Amino acid sequence: MSAIDAESEELARLRYEENTGWPRTRRAVTDFIRQRPLGAFGALLILVMIFSAVFAPLIVPYDPVQASFADLLLPPSGTHLVGTDPFGRDVFSRLIYGSRTALLVGFSASLVGSTIGLLLGVVGAFLGGRTDQLIQRGMDVLLSFPLIVLAIAVVAALGGGEGKLSNVIIAITIPIIPRVARVVRSSALSIVAMPYIEAARSIGTGSGRIMLRHIVPNVFAPFIIMATAFLGQAILLEASLSFLGLGVNEPEPAWGLMLRGAGMQFLERAPWLAIAPGVAISLAVFGFNLFGDSLRDALDPRLRTH
Amino acid sequence: MQRYVVGRLLLMIPTLLGVAILTFVVMRLVPGDIVELRYAGSGGSVPPEVIQNERHQLGLDRPIPAQFADWMSDVVRLDFGKSLWTDHPVMDEVRIRLGLSLELAVLATLLAVALAVPLGVLAATHQDTWIDYAIRIFSIGGLAMPSFWIGILMILVLLTLFHWAPPLLFTAFWDDPVANLAQLIWPAIAVGYRYAAVAMRMTRSSVLEVLGEDYIRTARAKGVLERRVVVRHALRNSLLPVVTVISLEFAFLIGGLVVTEQVFNLNGLGKLLVDAVAHRDYTLIQALVLLMAAVFVFINFTVDMLYVVFDPRVRYS
Repeated sequence: MSAIDAESEELARLRYEENTGWPRTRRAVTDFIRQRPLGAFGALLILVMIFSAVFAPLIVPYDPVQASFADLLLPPSGTHLVGTDPFGRDVFSRLIYGSRTALLVGFSASLVGSTIGLLLGVVGAFLGGRTDQLIQRGMDVLLSFPLIVLAIAVVAALGGGEGKLSNVIIAITIPIIPRVARVVRSSALSIVAMPYIEAARSIGTGSGRIMLRHIVPNVFAPFIIMATAFLGQAILLEASLSFLGLGVNEPEPAWGLMLRGAGMQFLERAPWLAIAPGVAISLAVFGFNLFGDSLRDALDPRLRTH
Repeated sequence: MQRYVVGRLLLMIPTLLGVAILTFVVMRLVPGDIVELRYAGSGGSVPPEVIQNERHQLGLDRPIPAQFADWMSDVVRLDFGKSLWTDHPVMDEVRIRLGLSLELAVLATLLAVALAVPLGVLAATHQDTWIDYAIRIFSIGGLAMPSFWIGILMILVLLTLFHWAPPLLFTAFWDDPVANLAQLIWPAIAVGYRYAAVAMRMTRSSVLEVLGEDYIRTARAKGVLERRVVVRHALRNSLLPVVTVISLEFAFLIGGLVVTEQVFNLNGLGKLLVDAVAHRDYTLIQALVLLMAAVFVFINFTVDMLYVVFDPRVRYS
């Protein structure tokens, strides 16, 4: 093979990669794993969780809500990996199904909350003036409610405690909005001052288009970082609300709920009931935090979220 | 500067007013009110006139704007009214719990600071070594584990080892300091761990940032001992963000510990709020939320002022 052939082959490969984007993605993934082992470990935890949520029916050995009064409070064993609860339900199966609740609440609350926060932040920064003031004051009000208080109020107002998952999600979404809006607004402010925004305006680009096409893509890094950070927070908050009896209701399998009833009541007799769901919550949040941290370092080393 | 301070103080008013309106309206949108809940046990045999009459006595049948105006004119005179459920003055109800919540918050803060600052500095000065990794994993674990679960685990261990269970009654510090601390130290640790984790991460990143500054190089170049460089030059200059995080967390701790209080059987402000919501005790809820928001807004303001005091580079105008 001549040198020219080799060169054109290389060029063809590059063009292929450029068009498909695939090997580049793969390259980015392997780089991420090599440079940020902790983040990769976090991603692994998240993948395991997504896997168990998606394939829950195939994984679980027992029906998670089916009571079986012959098997009350059995300790962990070969047949019941994490034992059974006071209704004779298999704790392992409930843990696996609980990942569905956690992920559903986590993803929807943090995505919706961060997106609304993104829009409010960008609109405020771009329009400025009175609109900006109004948005900011509104966000101040939401911020000065303690997080859990806000969530309790929303659940109460929407009539939670009836097992309505959507209410729990809304309750967790609202506190996320002002926090994202504030961060996004501050990075959007520096984008708005860029010459290319002025250039876009001078050739007659509409405000909506400038915001969507020119500002939003440039504040995407903080957006993604905040969204990932709040995923873990949302899971924690859901667990707290369920623990207080304000979140998901029995017999729905949710980790916080599993800690609430039996976990506390049979603490001495059946400690696995109190230990296992907490481990699940912690691993999930741990995974999202590790991944989010590394993502932050990779995307924007100068940005710090507290 | 003076104008800035006054402006900031004035800005608190619309924020707190917003909080007040939001709480007021949201609570009245919640299905059920205190009168219904009070008779909920009697199986629907209560004649509607009685319910109407009681609502009238409490003023709950008046238009919402009128109720709000009444409440506001009382609040401005610092009169928060009586709890609808217990009929005790709201301030008394709050005062009983405030001591506990405040003490727990202070204990947790002390623990968190004692842990966070040295570990954060250590992680920063040993960046990317195993010390750094160990401290970071420790702190990220604190963020991941729900404090109420740490509390449950503590009770589990104490129960099996010492047959200790959270006492049902609260012992005030001035009655019996030892019993009081024995009761509050566990929830303080459970909460303090998470709190320390947040502050530790802030300390680490803040110290790292300052260590990259020119004046650190200057200090090293003129032969200042490394210890002294870290403590006198780096730490002192990186404390402001740490103080910010600590203050904000402190504001959250007063009243935000709903779940941990539940686990440890503590009757603090968090529990008071949850009970008040369950009873639709409007006056109590409004006063509590307003109090917590005011604490938060005020601490925020104080932190901004601290910036001016401690960092001559910061100038507000």
